[in-house]
Amino acid sequence: MSNEPLVKISDLNFTYDRRPVLTGINMTIPRGKVVAIMGQSGCGKTTTLRLIGGQLRPTQGEVRFNGQIVHELDADALYQARRRMGMLFQFGALFTDMSVFDNVAFQMREHTNLPEEMIRDLVLLKLNAVGLRGARNLMPSELSGGMARRVALARAITLDPLLMMYDEPFTGLDPITMGVIGKLIRQLNDALGGSSIIVTHDVQESLQIVDYVYFMADGKVVAEGTPDEIRASDKAYVHQFVWGEMDGPVPFQYPSEPYRQQIFGMAHA
Amino acid sequence: MLEQTATLLRGLGRRVTGRIWRLGFASRFLLATLLYSGTSFRRFFLTIREIYFTGVLSLIIILVSGLFVGMVLGLQGYDTLQRYGSSEALGILVALSLVRELGPVVAALLFASRAGSAITAEIGLMKATEQLSAMEMMAVNPIARVVAPRFWAGVISMPLLAALFSAMGIFGGYLVGVVLIGVDEGSFWSQMQASVDFREDIVNGVIKSVVFGILVTWIAVFEGYDSEPTAEGVSGATTRTVVTSSLAILAADFVLTAFMFRGV
Repeated sequence: MSNEPLVKISDLNFTYDRRPVLTGINMTIPRGKVVAIMGQSGCGKTTTLRLIGGQLRPTQGEVRFNGQIVHELDADALYQARRRMGMLFQFGALFTDMSVFDNVAFQMREHTNLPEEMIRDLVLLKLNAVGLRGARNLMPSELSGGMARRVALARAITLDPLLMMYDEPFTGLDPITMGVIGKLIRQLNDALGGSSIIVTHDVQESLQIVDYVYFMADGKVVAEGTPDEIRASDKAYVHQFVWGEMDGPVPFQYPSEPYRQQIFGMAHA
Repeated sequence: MLEQTATLLRGLGRRVTGRIWRLGFASRFLLATLLYSGTSFRRFFLTIREIYFTGVLSLIIILVSGLFVGMVLGLQGYDTLQRYGSSEALGILVALSLVRELGPVVAALLFASRAGSAITAEIGLMKATEQLSAMEMMAVNPIARVVAPRFWAGVISMPLLAALFSAMGIFGGYLVGVVLIGVDEGSFWSQMQASVDFREDIVNGVIKSVVFGILVTWIAVFEGYDSEPTAEGVSGATTRTVVTSSLAILAADFVLTAFMFRGV
């Protein structure tokens, strides 16, 4: 069991409104590793995360989490499985009517019968891990984007999950905060002994902390490898993405009729 | 011409089936809310917190509106009754109008615009900011934790608010009729006491306000939960809550009145 990967995605297909979103996805997330899923916005990265978390059902194929096929679990079993998962949403998704402390304590109060004194100690421990023990009495509206992301991270790890999922954890952050979040992701993964999946398009930041990368485009895995292999890749799509080139397999121009024809047509309209 | 008619009919058909589908979805949603209501009662403090937000914070608008409605009833009622020399019956007119009709209906309309819209906006924004998804990923059912406490808070608050509206309205009628115009105080209260029937008038009024409470909060929580997760979507859902609730209250009022007071 322990040698089995924590998450195994096999031949995963997902269709929304008759439109194929994911086609033939195969991924393996080994235990103890941090894996990045990269690609342009709208390429199906977040959908993949939602399929792993059981928020969506695949059209074909399967996601195995800790040996269980996620979409075959009934509601109770799915909720049990989710207690072993943690997810950091793009903008934190903190509960705006609760303080930082109550946000982090939320899962413990919902799922355990721990006395309030013990919850207090555990919450302070988690907040200390993300450097925000002193902000425990603030409300989410009083936090900066980076602080909100760190509180959400503390909240996500309260039940020591086997799998952490990060949905665009670096979006909209300054370089210092981005570095802090990146280091926290790596440190928490190593400390908890679990696995992490980072969905992102921040290449340079992610390549410093991950063990393996999957590149997605148009709902398919187009490349994969270790950070060094990705940096050295000569695949046109990977090269364009990693080095931020303006034009390439992903065109700069949105598809339209030829420029000359459009201008000429307008002049005579 | 034939093509246009066909397009028109197709469009109409799509709208009708869309509405029926949505009604079915709303009914399933209500069923799920009732099914997952255990948490709302086991951890009653969750419901009490929502009663504060939906009920207690609606008190000002309900009490002030009740006072003014009662005062207007006092003026209009006196003006009509004194033409027939029965101005002493002002107490009956004010009390019956409020307890049977105006109390439950106007309080429910105010409740829909004050608390219903707030519930929809809150749940809609929770959805738009992924708070509901986060809850699901934390293995907490948002219907049990977010929707059901708000639903029951509305159902509990509504009859209490309607009762306070009626009480304040009667006080308003008393202020205008007895204090301002000079109708005999003894007649005002004694005729009211003699004519208002507990079963026929008060209980029926309470039944109405419970039904309106269910309707308004059902619509409010459903619209919030089903809203598009965008600013425009939440704004549209909030408007729909007020419009649909108001129409539902008036339609249900007619049906309930027809059943309750058919023998009168």
